[in-house]
Amino acid sequence: MKAINRRQAFALGGGFVMLTLMPMAADAEVANDAAKWIEKFTGGKDPAKGKVSLDLPEIAENGNTVPLTVAVESPMTAESYVKEIMIVADGNPNAGVATLSFTPLSGKAEAAIRIRLAATQNVIAIAKMSDGALFTEQKVVKVTIGGCGG
Amino acid sequence: MSPRHIGLAAAIMALASVATGASAQQAERKGIPAPPGHVFKTIISGYEFRSKETRTLQDDDLENPGFLAVERAADLWKTAEGSEGKSCMSCHGEAEKSMKGVGAAMPKWDDKLKKPVNLEQRINICRSEHMKAQPWAFKSQALTDMTTFVRFQSRGMPVTAKTDGPMSPWFERGKQIYYTRYGQLDLACESCHERNNGKFMRADFLSQGQTNGFPTYRLRDQRLVPLHERFEGCMFDVRAEPFKPLSDEFIALELYVAWRGIGLPVETPSVRN
Amino acid sequence: MADKPRIKLPKEAAKGEIIQIKTLVSHMMESGQRKDAQGKPVPRKIINKFTCEFNGKPVFSCALEPAISANPYIQFNARVDEEGTFKFAWTDDDGTVITAEEKIALKA
Repeated sequence: MKAINRRQAFALGGGFVMLTLMPMAADAEVANDAAKWIEKFTGGKDPAKGKVSLDLPEIAENGNTVPLTVAVESPMTAESYVKEIMIVADGNPNAGVATLSFTPLSGKAEAAIRIRLAATQNVIAIAKMSDGALFTEQKVVKVTIGGCGG
Repeated sequence: MSPRHIGLAAAIMALASVATGASAQQAERKGIPAPPGHVFKTIISGYEFRSKETRTLQDDDLENPGFLAVERAADLWKTAEGSEGKSCMSCHGEAEKSMKGVGAAMPKWDDKLKKPVNLEQRINICRSEHMKAQPWAFKSQALTDMTTFVRFQSRGMPVTAKTDGPMSPWFERGKQIYYTRYGQLDLACESCHERNNGKFMRADFLSQGQTNGFPTYRLRDQRLVPLHERFEGCMFDVRAEPFKPLSDEFIALELYVAWRGIGLPVETPSVRN
Repeated sequence: MADKPRIKLPKEAAKGEIIQIKTLVSHMMESGQRKDAQGKPVPRKIINKFTCEFNGKPVFSCALEPAISANPYIQFNARVDEEGTFKFAWTDDDGTVITAEEKIALKA
């Protein structure tokens, strides 16, 4: 078999290395304060899965500007509406990202923002309803750094 | 080829196809057919090489952060500065009319200076000679904003580049620079943008290196970046001593790379990585 | 540096219609993580709060952290029950507030 030269080896290995380059959040010796943010928001109660849809790219074009859309099913009436959605990122220097507050006048419990992610990590959204119920969803976003001026 | 080697080769092929196909942004990239004798068969804007989310940011004028610059400069356009008490508007009137097409045909030959002049330089010549105002520093927000604003008036128009006559030696110099390896990493523009566009270099997805979208809002820098700053950055990244922004070398390169993207629609302000 | 915020919403809506509002404001959102050339940390300076009211009633608001990208983009919705004025406010860490307003009419 023809030996592959060094340049070809780099080209082959490059793409594969890309996805493994960045440490998963759990890898860090020091986990960030995500647990504290979540505890404070939920009062220690465990949120249920469901109702929350969290839209993020699978691979961020650039960690400095990552578009995020979050939506929660709800009639948004005075009797039943989404009060708050908290977003945290468990691999950033600080976990807090944003807390979105809605009223029935919002019409829809949906918002879009752009966030900074320092590394591949979980982005977690927790919704708090007007009756105190909690729902959550999370996504992994892969953040690559490097290449050339990347 | 012995069976053991076939197995190894197959494994490497599989890895390679995973590596280079990772982004699923293969083959079907929209472009325009290149004129005869051009370097590319199909000329493709940087837009096509970016992720769906990045393209969405560019597509909507409200979502596109580059428009913050366009708005700022629209005000600057009407602001009188310098001892002549003139604003851009005093001579040029409404930019939508007077600047249409200007940004699509840069750099342009200047008969007085006997050299090509790009948009940033033209803006500063106007400021110092006609407004008697201080020229804006390269990379300053004011100069980048105004360059964006003027080029934006050509949005959608095809890039043109006059490469003959007195421009010819500048075109040739730009071409020479494009194909010369620089720096400790010993790479030329063509190493990435001609030979390897559509592939990953470590974590960066390589485009054809077109300039139809400059100044561009870079997600990395979270601001508009003018072309010569990008040229400078590229040279810095291959660990070379970069040419200076607005130097003869970068003007020559700007002319040559404009030709490489001939016919592409101006996308300023574009959104890129 | 109080550049005008950019805001997009329809000029009119049917009574009870839910409209989408897009906002974009120019701000560096200095995170406090960066270091200057001398190695000293650049102090944090961000927009930490955004509010939207309609005819004096709260519609939507959010608390922002340094993990929000520069030139904050905030998109949300509002139910339009009557004609009136939306008032938007972005609050900087240093207390300054950038404000803007947009009117909306009811479709006949």
